[in-house]
Amino acid sequence: MSDGAVTAPDLRVEAQALGLTEAEYDLIQEKIGRPPNGLELAVFSLMWSEHCAYKHSKKLLGKLPTEGPHLLIGPGENAGAVDVGDGLAIAFKVESHNHPSAVEPFQGAATGVGGIMRDIFAVGARPIAVLDSLRFGELDSPRSRYLLDGAVSGIGHYGNSIGVATVGGEVYFEGPYEQNCLVNAMCLGIAPKERLTKSAAAGVGNHLVLMGARTGRDGIGGASVLASAELGDDDADKRPTVQIGDPFEEKEVMEACLELLDRELLSSLQDLGAAGLSSSSSEMASKGEVGLDIDVSKVPLREADMEPFEIMVSESQERMLAVVEPHRLAAVDEVCERWEVRCTVIGEVTDSRHLRVLHGDEVVGDMPVDALVDDCPLYDLEPAEPQAQIYPAPKRTLTSDDPKEILLALLGSSNIASRRPLFEQYDSIVQSRTVRRPEVADAAVLQLAHDTGGGSTAIAVSIDGNGRRVACDPYWGTVEAVLECASNLACVGAEPLGLTNCLNFGNPEKPHIAWQLSRSVDGMADALRELGVPVVGGNVSLYNQSGDGPIYPTPVVGMVGLLPEAARAGGMGFVEEGYVIAMVGRPQPSLAGSELAKLRGEDLPTELPAIDVAEVRAHQEVVRDAVRAGELASAHDVAEGGFLVAVAECCLAGNVGATLDFGDADGDAQAFEPYLFGESVGGFVVSGPRDTIDRLADRIPLDVFGTVGGDSLDVRAGEPLLAASLADLKAANARLARVFA
Amino acid sequence: MKFGVVRFPGSCDEVDAVLACERHGDAEILWHGERDLHGVDAVVVPGGFSYGDYLRVGAIAQFSPVMEAVAEFARAGGPVLGICNGFQVLCEAGLLPGALLPNTELRFLCRQVDVEVVNAGTPFTRACEERQTLSIPVKHTTGRYYAPESTLAEMEAGGQVVFRYAESWNPNGSVRDIAGVCNATGNVVGLMPHPEHAVDPLTGSDDGNCLFASVAELTAA
Amino acid sequence: MLIRPKEGILDPQGQAVERALPALGFDGVANVHVGRLVELDVEDAAKVPEMCERLLANPLIEDYEVLTVE
Repeated sequence: MSDGAVTAPDLRVEAQALGLTEAEYDLIQEKIGRPPNGLELAVFSLMWSEHCAYKHSKKLLGKLPTEGPHLLIGPGENAGAVDVGDGLAIAFKVESHNHPSAVEPFQGAATGVGGIMRDIFAVGARPIAVLDSLRFGELDSPRSRYLLDGAVSGIGHYGNSIGVATVGGEVYFEGPYEQNCLVNAMCLGIAPKERLTKSAAAGVGNHLVLMGARTGRDGIGGASVLASAELGDDDADKRPTVQIGDPFEEKEVMEACLELLDRELLSSLQDLGAAGLSSSSSEMASKGEVGLDIDVSKVPLREADMEPFEIMVSESQERMLAVVEPHRLAAVDEVCERWEVRCTVIGEVTDSRHLRVLHGDEVVGDMPVDALVDDCPLYDLEPAEPQAQIYPAPKRTLTSDDPKEILLALLGSSNIASRRPLFEQYDSIVQSRTVRRPEVADAAVLQLAHDTGGGSTAIAVSIDGNGRRVACDPYWGTVEAVLECASNLACVGAEPLGLTNCLNFGNPEKPHIAWQLSRSVDGMADALRELGVPVVGGNVSLYNQSGDGPIYPTPVVGMVGLLPEAARAGGMGFVEEGYVIAMVGRPQPSLAGSELAKLRGEDLPTELPAIDVAEVRAHQEVVRDAVRAGELASAHDVAEGGFLVAVAECCLAGNVGATLDFGDADGDAQAFEPYLFGESVGGFVVSGPRDTIDRLADRIPLDVFGTVGGDSLDVRAGEPLLAASLADLKAANARLARVFA
Repeated sequence: MKFGVVRFPGSCDEVDAVLACERHGDAEILWHGERDLHGVDAVVVPGGFSYGDYLRVGAIAQFSPVMEAVAEFARAGGPVLGICNGFQVLCEAGLLPGALLPNTELRFLCRQVDVEVVNAGTPFTRACEERQTLSIPVKHTTGRYYAPESTLAEMEAGGQVVFRYAESWNPNGSVRDIAGVCNATGNVVGLMPHPEHAVDPLTGSDDGNCLFASVAELTAA
Repeated sequence: MLIRPKEGILDPQGQAVERALPALGFDGVANVHVGRLVELDVEDAAKVPEMCERLLANPLIEDYEVLTVE
C-alpha cells in the first residue's frame, strides 16, 4: 500500500469469486467513487451478501406485523423484546446456523447457540433458555445420524457449559434435508426494562472497545481469495472455515457485559457474528448515523501476521463491541479484568459517516457506512407457482392397514418418536426456573418468582416449524405452523406476546422457491395479524439447496407467552383414573400431507384445506382460560399423527392407559382413519372431571370420547378397533433410543 | 445459619444453590479469589463447569485461594457439601476419597433419579432417614464414581458411602451404584445428584430440602 | 507428557474408538485407550514429575509418561 491514498487494482474477478455480481461491483465503485481495494471488496462482499443484507427477502419481510401492546424492542436490533410485567422484559430471537452445521455439526450447532446468546446479552438481557429446531435427512442415512448426533452434542456442550437451560425444541427427518440440514437456535433472556440496550454507536470521540476472545482466522473461508500472494495455497489449514466455540469464554464475557450494563458504563453494545468486525461496526455506525475509525493493529490476535482484511472479516467467536465514553474507560477495564475478559480500545466514533480501517497510521480501507448497510440493492422476487410437484414422494415404510400397526408405526416414526435420548443431553433445569421440562407439556414453562421477588407469573415458549406441509401449501402450511405454536402455548395456559421467525428456504432466484417464500410470508403475516402477535425479530436463511434439489420450504417460529400463575401451568399427561377424555375445538382432520401419508409413501398433495383462523384463535383462548382456571387436568394440541397419536402421547406422559369409545359409528377401520390419524390445526385432547369437561361445551365444540385408566389404550367404535398395552406404546415410541444405542 | 456457596469462573449452579440454602438460612457467594469464608457455618461447592473443565474436571479449581480456606475449614471439622462439579473438586483436592470418571455412555445426561440415603448420620443427612428414597436430578458428563477396591471396602465399613442410586437408577456406571460419599470424619460430603434442584415441587421434587435442613438444624442446635 | 487412564479402569472412550475402527474397515486393532497430551517448555525438567503428580494428572486414575524433546 502506498502512503495516504488508497489505491487498488481492478478486482472484478475476485469480486465474482466473493459472490458479487458485475452490477453490484459497479455499484460499489460508484458509491465509493473509485475501484474498491481488497479489504473494501471483502467487506462489501459480506455486507452485501444474502446473509447480511437480506437482498431477496427484505421487501417481503416488510409485510410482517411488528406492532403489539407488549412490544419493547422490534426488529432491527440484536434481539427483540416484550414486556412481561413486574418491570421485566424478555428478549428473544432465533437464528440459523445451517451451512456451518453441515460442515461440522458439533461446532456449527455450538457456535449457533453461542451466537444467539450473544445477541441476547447484547441487548442487556441475561440468557435464561435455549430451544433448537433441527432438520436432517431420514434416520436410515448414516450421514443424518452423524449430523444429528453432532448437533445435539454441540448444543448441549455449549448450553450446559455456560449454564443456560435448553428447555425445548423440535427435530424432523425428511429426505429433502439430507444435503442441507437445518440448525436453528433460539434464545430467551431476561432483563429489567431499564437495562435494555440499543446498538447505535454515538458520541463523537467515544472509544470503540473490543471485548472477549482473540481474533483468529475462523470463518474467513471464501474471502481468502484476497490474501496476498505470500500466504500460498498450501496454507489452507491456516484459514479454517469452521468456527470453534468456547462457552467458558462466553460466560465470562456475558457476566462482564451484564455488569457493565447494570452499572451503565457502556453507551452501546453489539455482538460480533457473521462477517465479524466489519458488520458489527458498520451496523453500529449506521444506526447511530456516525462514522467509525478502527485500527486493526490494536486488535488482539490469536495468529501472527494476519492481514487487515482478515482481521475485519474474521468470525472468531465470543467477541463483543462496545462504545465507551472516555471517562468511563477505567471503570470498564476494572470490570473486564475482574471477569478475566480481554478489553481493548481499537477505535473511535467519528462524524465522518465512514467506516475507516487503519493499520497504525495507514488508512487501508475507507467506506461510506450508508453504502455498506443501506445501499445494498434489494431484489424483487419473481415468484411463479410450480406446475408440478417438485419434491419426490417419501419412501414407503408402512404396508399394514391395521389400526394398531398404524398407531405403533406412527409412534415410532422418526418425526413422532420420543426425543428423550436427545433432550436428556441438555441441562433443562439450571437457574431454577423450569416448571415444565421437555416432554411434560406442549410448551416449556419458566417461572419468574426469583426474578420478581416472589411473583407468580411464568413465561412459556415453544418453537415450531413445518417443512413438508409448507411444501404442500406454502400459505396454509405456514398459517398452520404459526397457529400450532400458539396452540402449544394455549395448552400450558399462556397468552402469546411475540414471535421470532427463521425462514429457511432454497434458492430465491428460482421462481418456484420465490413463490414458496412469498406465499409463506403472506401466510405468516395473515396468521399473526389475526392472532394479534407481532414479530419481534428473526432471521432468513436462503440458498439451502444442492444438486438433489431444494429443502422443503421451512418457516420456523418461536413464540413467547405469559401465564399469570406458574402453579397452574398445563401439562399433557393424563393424570387421574376416571377422568374423561375429550376432543375440543373444530379441527378438520385430513390424511393429505399427514405423517401417515408419508409412511405410506404417498405423493405430496398440492394444497391443504383452508383454515378459519379467527375460530382457531377463539378456541385457543378457551383452552388457555380453562387451563388457567384449573378446569383441565391435561391439555395437548393435536398435531403430527393426528388425534389417536395425541391420546397415546397423553397416556405415555401420564404413564396410564385410556379407553376410547366412538359409539356405534358406522364403517370399518379404514373409514375411521381420517379421524384417528388425520392432521389439522385447532384440535386439542383434554382430560378432567366429567362435569367440569361437560361445562366447557357452551364455550367450545366438545366431544367426550373416553376415560383415563388401566394400562392399555383401548379403542372401540361399536366393535373393538385396537388395543395396545402401555408397554407396547412405550416400546414403539422409544425408537430413537435404539438408534443411539 | 449462614451458608457460603463458592463461585469459580464457570460455576453454573451456584445461583441455584444459594436459592436452596436461603430456604433454610442466609446464604452468600464466596468468590474464588478470596481466602475469606466470612464466618459461614457451612460451605457448599456447587455444580457447573469450573475453569471450563479444562485439563480434568475440578483439577484447576482445587488450587484457587478459596479452596485453601475451604480445606482448612474442612480439616477443622466444618461441614462442606460438594455437588456435582463440587464433588469433583473435593475429590481432586483430596478432601474426599475416589475420583469421578466419564459416564459409561459418554454423553451428558440430565435425568430425575431415585437416590437412597445410606448414611443418615452426616451433617447433611441427619434430617433424612436411613434408606429414605429421594427423587433428585442428575446432570453431568463425568459422574462415574471410582475408587480402588481396597478403598471401597474401607469406605463401606466406615460408613463413608452416603448415597446410592436406587436399584436400576444408576445413570453413569458408578461403582457399587455410589452416588455420594463422605470423608473419614464425616463432615465433608460430596454427591453427583443436585439436591438444590429438588427443593420446590413446582420445579420438580422437594426431596432435596433435607440436605440443607440437616445442616441448618445442626447449627441451630 | 502423555497421560492415559490407569490399567483396569473402564475407558469407554477407548472402547468407543475400538468399536468404530473396524466399522471403517480397520481390523486387527485392540487395546485402544484415549488419553491426553500436555506439551510445555520448561527450564528445570526435574520439576516435571511433581507437576504431573500435583496437577497435570490424577494419580488415582491416570498414569503418565514424560517425553523430553530438546
